[in-house]
Amino acid sequence: MTWSEVFELLTGGLQETVWMVGVSALLTAVGGLLVGVLLVLTDAGRLRPLNVVLGAIVNVGRSLPFIILLVAVIPFTRAVVGTTIGTDAAIVPLTIGAIPFFARIVESALREVPPDVVAAATAMGATRRQIVGKVLLREALPALVAGLTITVIALVGYSAMAGVVGGGGLGDLAIRYGYQRFETEVMIATVVALVVFVQLVQMVGDFLVRRLSHR
Amino acid sequence: MIEIRGLRKTYRSRKGSVAAVDGVDLRVGEGEVFGVLGQSGAGKSTLLRCVNMLERPDAGTVSVGGLEMTRLRRGQLRLARHGIGMIHQHFALLSSRTVAGNVAFALEVTGAPRAGRKQRVAELLEMVGLTGRAEAYPAQLSGGQKQRVGIARALAARPKVLLSDEATSALDPETTESILRLLHDLNQRLGLTILLITHEMTVVKRICTSAAVMRDGRFVESGTITELLRTPGSELARGLFPLDGPTEVAGATVVDVTVSGPEAEAPIIAELARRFASDVRILGGSVERLAATRAGRWRIALPGAPDDNREALKFLSERGVVS
Ligand SMILES: Nc1ncnc2c1ncn2[C@@H]1O[C@H](COP(=O)(O)OP(=O)(O)O)[C@@H](O)[C@H]1O
Ligand SMILES: [Mg+2]
Repeated sequence: MTWSEVFELLTGGLQETVWMVGVSALLTAVGGLLVGVLLVLTDAGRLRPLNVVLGAIVNVGRSLPFIILLVAVIPFTRAVVGTTIGTDAAIVPLTIGAIPFFARIVESALREVPPDVVAAATAMGATRRQIVGKVLLREALPALVAGLTITVIALVGYSAMAGVVGGGGLGDLAIRYGYQRFETEVMIATVVALVVFVQLVQMVGDFLVRRLSHR
Repeated sequence: MIEIRGLRKTYRSRKGSVAAVDGVDLRVGEGEVFGVLGQSGAGKSTLLRCVNMLERPDAGTVSVGGLEMTRLRRGQLRLARHGIGMIHQHFALLSSRTVAGNVAFALEVTGAPRAGRKQRVAELLEMVGLTGRAEAYPAQLSGGQKQRVGIARALAARPKVLLSDEATSALDPETTESILRLLHDLNQRLGLTILLITHEMTVVKRICTSAAVMRDGRFVESGTITELLRTPGSELARGLFPLDGPTEVAGATVVDVTVSGPEAEAPIIAELARRFASDVRILGGSVERLAATRAGRWRIALPGAPDDNREALKFLSERGVVS
């Protein structure tokens, strides 16, 4: 296999990885924020039972190894995407696996906002919506971005596993060419591409956190 | 302006229950500065947080500006809170917003029209002496400056009442002075009613017109500063003017004399010496300016036994408090 062939495989795989990770990261960001905020809001008061149920569901999601989740949600994936093979199909288990992970990060980031600050806003007569939007989420934003960076990197790792079930992407390449056909160049190229990609994600994340944080 | 009756708040936990506020009555008139003094754990913060319903009292009533706070529904409570400013020991500013942004937050919360906000922010920053720091973030400010932001924010909605939870406790003595001067100034200029809690006697000395001492959830004494200075054995009076001379002198009667108001300026000791005991000795004491009044307190030694000084003691009791 020539280097230009390797390069072609690589760009294809990279594109697929970026697509899978990008879409599932976006869905995870929305879903995780929602669940995380709910976990914090329902912690005390009348909605406490909801908190217990939600927490239990999140814990189940967190305790399943991704490879098992991948297989377990196959019927659901088929119902949603229409197929169980390919990058689009992989997005479903990736998102389901990452939401609980990110939700817990969101929850702990929101809890880091000093209670004093929340009390001050309440004392000013802020509505609950204002407290969530303008105080909790805004004050926790640097921590949320840092947490999302960690989640995206975890998704890159999960997405490589999705290759096992024909999910495509860099992981798929590494398994099909590097492992099954002993194409060492492809293996090395994939590893390098993954390392560079993760570094890049981390750098962008760190940069944003630095820009957003005024502590 | 603030009227509290029979207030009780108990915290229950697995380890047992703590009666944080255990039957407090309190009246703060319009334009008054009322200080609640007490050690950590006395229940001061809980008391203050019951005024704007950050804590729900278990029993008793709290009315602010004639509005019964315990009976308000959620929406009404939010509106009532717009009329009650609050400042905090650790400032409680939004770290993600600039100084101007923090003040603007208070205006956003009260739904002030967008158009006038910028000007009102500038006005408030000028009021607290922070013009020029509008674009700084809290992390770039000193403690005193942060508290000034806190004060500007608390005043954004033009409240009648300000609650202060240990607002100067995290500050050094000089900064404390400047913040107290600002609060005193705002009290005078805006007619702001202030209910503050503190564990520092200086705060009471500098700005309070009335005060209470709180211990284990109760007020052990309470009244205007002038009244308290006239009350024999008052802890606050003793705290405001610590006396450190000897309490016993051989062959003499040692008494503590507290006078307030115009009497504090009068040459009482000189008159005493002239009329009764030429050998009267001052063991300790001072005359000081309080927010509400001037007051003096001395420990003096009169030669001879108490019985020999009956006339002198009578003279002193007519002028002030002798203990
Ligand atoms: N949220 C709470 N839960 C349980 N106990 C509390 C809570 N807040 C205060 N307390 C207890 O109530 C008592 C009074 O506390 P606080 O009002 O903060 O006193 P202070 O402000 O005078 O230091 C303390 O014993 C404290 O431990
Ligand atoms: Mg306190």
